[in-house]
Amino acid sequence: MNRANIFAFAGGGLSLAVVWVVVTGAFAALVLTAAGGEGPSATLSDPYLWRVVRFTLWQAALSTILSVGLAVPVARAFARRRAFAGRRVLLALFALPLALPALVVVLGVVEVWGRTGWFNGLAEIAGFQPVLNVYGLTGILLAHVFFNLPLATRLLLTHLDRVPAENWRLASQLDMPAGAVWRFIEWPVLKTALPGAASLIFMLCVTSFTVVLTLGGGPRATTIEVAIYQALRFDFDPVRAVTLALLQLALCGVLVMGAGRIVGDMQAQPSLGKKAVRPDLDGWAGDAVVIGLAGLFVLLPLVAIVTSAVRSDLARLAGETALWQAIYTSTWVALSAAALCLTLTAGLLSAVRASHRKRAGKPFFEWNTDAAGSLILVMPPIVLGAGWFVLLRGVGDIFTLAPLVVVVVNALMALPFVLRVLGPAVAQANLDHGRLCASLGLAGWNRLRLVDWPVLQRPLALSLAFAMALSIGDLGVIALFGSEDFTTLPFLLYQRFGTYRIDDAAGLALILTVYCLGLIALADRVRSERRKVTG
Amino acid sequence: MSGVGLKLSDVRFAYDDWQVRFDMDVAPGWFVAVIGPSGAGKSTLLNLVAGFEQPSSGSILIDGEDTCTLEPAKRPVTMLFQEHNLFAHLDIHTNVALGISPALKLTAADRDRIAVAFDRVGLSGLEQRRPGELSGGQRQRAAIARALVRDKPLLLLDEPFAALGPALKNDMLDLVAEIHREGHMTVLMVTHEPQDARRAASHTVFLDEGGVVALDQTKTLFARKDLPGLKAYLGA
Repeated sequence: MNRANIFAFAGGGLSLAVVWVVVTGAFAALVLTAAGGEGPSATLSDPYLWRVVRFTLWQAALSTILSVGLAVPVARAFARRRAFAGRRVLLALFALPLALPALVVVLGVVEVWGRTGWFNGLAEIAGFQPVLNVYGLTGILLAHVFFNLPLATRLLLTHLDRVPAENWRLASQLDMPAGAVWRFIEWPVLKTALPGAASLIFMLCVTSFTVVLTLGGGPRATTIEVAIYQALRFDFDPVRAVTLALLQLALCGVLVMGAGRIVGDMQAQPSLGKKAVRPDLDGWAGDAVVIGLAGLFVLLPLVAIVTSAVRSDLARLAGETALWQAIYTSTWVALSAAALCLTLTAGLLSAVRASHRKRAGKPFFEWNTDAAGSLILVMPPIVLGAGWFVLLRGVGDIFTLAPLVVVVVNALMALPFVLRVLGPAVAQANLDHGRLCASLGLAGWNRLRLVDWPVLQRPLALSLAFAMALSIGDLGVIALFGSEDFTTLPFLLYQRFGTYRIDDAAGLALILTVYCLGLIALADRVRSERRKVTG
Repeated sequence: MSGVGLKLSDVRFAYDDWQVRFDMDVAPGWFVAVIGPSGAGKSTLLNLVAGFEQPSSGSILIDGEDTCTLEPAKRPVTMLFQEHNLFAHLDIHTNVALGISPALKLTAADRDRIAVAFDRVGLSGLEQRRPGELSGGQRQRAAIARALVRDKPLLLLDEPFAALGPALKNDMLDLVAEIHREGHMTVLMVTHEPQDARRAASHTVFLDEGGVVALDQTKTLFARKDLPGLKAYLGA
């Protein structure tokens, strides 16, 4: 074994150790606390607990049915109308909600659907009493659908786009009416895509924290994650938190395993974009209404965020030291988390790569890297945070250690996503250059400098920006660990929102959004060296 | 130096349920074309010699030394692949220079050798181009220039000219044959085209059914009637 390989394996081993220690440390802390106290059995018989579990599943099921159910006609309308002005912009817009910090979305939803929002305003003008109360199940569903309807639409649309042009020509030849096209072409395609989309969205809604924390939270509308937070932060009831965390862990584990089975072929492939004339495009009014409504539903909260931010006193906000302090804190937390995340990823991937070259140890690192990624998906950040909250409680002042925990948890949160961006890029680069590097003796620093860095710049920049954006927008662990002395942007936003200073919140939301999207846009400008040309 | 001998003794390699076993003796200075149906293990043979694959047993002697435990870069071998012989983000001068020093530490003498190699393959004046700015044939010429500066006594060609048109391919074959005639290298070349073997190779080895069926002078091998596998492969 040469020196470069030893470094790679050492780095991989170290990264794995960090991941396992953080995850199992949290897990062990939870289990030990649960076993040590009066035991979770008392909590397990608590009807409150089961009400929370029931609500978690209930809101997730409703959100999923609404999102996916509504996405079917929307995706179909988009698939039918391929050329209208603004289609591309609209679809790009549909990618936005998932990239926005959840807190910002909540704010937009409140601006549009809230008590003094646009919708109720219109209803009042029309002579009705305000009809919608955004706090509670209704608001949670609205926010979740706002997140996931566009996601589901895009997922389903990629499947519809993959229908080969020949199918449409055949349909034309057979003179199929719209009903037949639906039955023989569209529905069969959608049917294969629905389980994957639905399980993904169900999972996202089960683990949704910010939306439920801000719009729900009362005894009637609390999910497991929020209940964990409340148990730790307000009730100081670690045993209940532990029981809830274990329940959440079991639930997520089951869901991920179940989803993994169905989601198998969900990776969207680029469509060939071949145009084929469809025989069933009479009557555009229906499609226009569907697309228009969906577009408004997504667009309005976004507009609301901007307009209310403009109305808010940004100048006064800019004069507050609290804002600058929060931006500063957010920035260094995000930078540290992203750096840690990339370091861990680099260790894992170089070990995977080295083991490919050596053949020895290949299953070990590959298996473990995959496992580390999935493990973190199963372990919701709030549960990780809860574990370390309980663990560190005995060690010292939780709030002095808070920054460290937040950085580490944020880094781990981003790990599965960064692995997914960088993993294939590294594998492809290795496929292109691995043998050449081996035969030229290019290894270690020389390989990094001459080959890996130029080729991987872009995916690295994207990973860095993504990890940072994830950390900057996160209101999960920080809700648990935040304090007067340790306030990030989302935490500050949450405080202002919680005290109904909606104008401040709107201004902060805009700053947060610009920061997150700006990072991603900046990274998007980094171009890797062309790798397409083969030599 | 007139190239090196290559001897594979009972070299076994398995991948999933596919396996091969090679016994083969190549004398110094031969130019051996490797032919055979797909799946016969032509590329695997080259990958084993170059060190990209590890045999489960057996020995690979290059110039009398067992190389099985050596890293690819430590073997006296240069291999040209079908594609990705160059780093697309580096100009071809750098690409060739990497054949001398992976850290790009070059002496004046090294630079002279590189210039000579570029001249030899007909790429003088194009050193600052990147692979993307060259034709497919020019890219493979640059790769050959690197093989020249590396000056390893065993050259392995894994169909590097398969994607080129007939005329261009013949030019490349002639260039390699010319370099071979200068007497520094033993050459192993995988090909799908019998005429490539006839054009350039002194010897030809026919692989089939997981092993070496016959290794002979090119003319002699193609004339043999006693190998049913060969007849089926050539379709004649």
